Amino acid sequence: MAAPFLAVVPAWNEAGTVGETVREIHAGLPEATILVVDDGSTDATAEEARSAGATVVSLPFNLGVGGAMRTGFRYAVQHGFDTVVQIDADGQHDPAEVPGLLAELTGADLVIGARFAGRGDYEAEFLRRLAMRVLARAVSTLTRTRLTDTTSGFRASGPRAVALFAEDYPAEYLGDTVESTIIAAKAGLTITQRPVRMRTRRGGTPSQSPLRLVVFLARAMLVVFLAGFRARPKGPR
Amino acid sequence: MTTAQVAALIAGAIALAVILDLVRRRQLREKYAALWLTLGAGIATLAVFPGLLDRVAERLGVADPPNLLFFLGILVLLVVVVQLSFELSRLEDRIRTLAERLAILQADVDGAEVSPPDERR
Repeated sequence: MAAPFLAVVPAWNEAGTVGETVREIHAGLPEATILVVDDGSTDATAEEARSAGATVVSLPFNLGVGGAMRTGFRYAVQHGFDTVVQIDADGQHDPAEVPGLLAELTGADLVIGARFAGRGDYEAEFLRRLAMRVLARAVSTLTRTRLTDTTSGFRASGPRAVALFAEDYPAEYLGDTVESTIIAAKAGLTITQRPVRMRTRRGGTPSQSPLRLVVFLARAMLVVFLAGFRARPKGPR
Repeated sequence: MTTAQVAALIAGAIALAVILDLVRRRQLREKYAALWLTLGAGIATLAVFPGLLDRVAERLGVADPPNLLFFLGILVLLVVVVQLSFELSRLEDRIRTLAERLAILQADVDGAEVSPPDERR
């Protein structure tokens, strides 16, 4: 049987999909302990996750994916897990891809499951792809690692990354993806990516007008810029 | 004393009184109170000695004394706003950390097997 790890599922008002996601992870990855971090949901997310067999940690109010994930990393440290895989509650991330991500952890501290990296048929409009490519180029330069999908939340963290992220995982815009990658690189961690197939999410449609994409890119570049010279946080977390 | 001077003096006195009362009722911490008390005292001083502003402006080479007043006023407000943003960021960070720790503790407590009190005897 494969080594145990903690599957962290950040969930904010995902009652419709979280149960199915948990059951799917359990079926495909019996070695995983599933932790659903209920990020201040106002619906039945926590109950659905619990009845599907997950351990549930409920935040008292919404902190965003970064807050939910740091809770997950902290939980991992406190409960003796040295490997964490983030799996979104909306069904976008296929548990069948997880062993591939975990396999890459032998040579890296952080593995990012990347869309548009040659595999899968993930559909995205041209402008969106362009924006994400520009962002990926910037992050790649800063982290000195070739990354093509820096906004992917489908990622696996090894022991060094788990210890780092339990202390320092930003709750701000793009903090859970772009900034955390830069934080890992600055801490001297090895980052790699692995092409994954991603499914279209079960609930919700990403609407992206050109103006919103411009705003997205501008904010993302600001995140990259600020992350580049941010110091590590001090004091107990 | 001109009417304007009296008005400025009253405004300064009211500001001082409000700040002192907030501190007395423990609604305002000293670190913030110090700033506002200094400001209130400054307004009152200028109200009583309006010539002071002109002399300082002349010393600093400011042609129009009221401009010095506006400049200093904006500067003080800027510093205060930055200070509040800083405090707010720190508070948000602390609240976030508390929320995360609380959530994990709650889950651990709920998950722990607690034996009923009468079995412990």
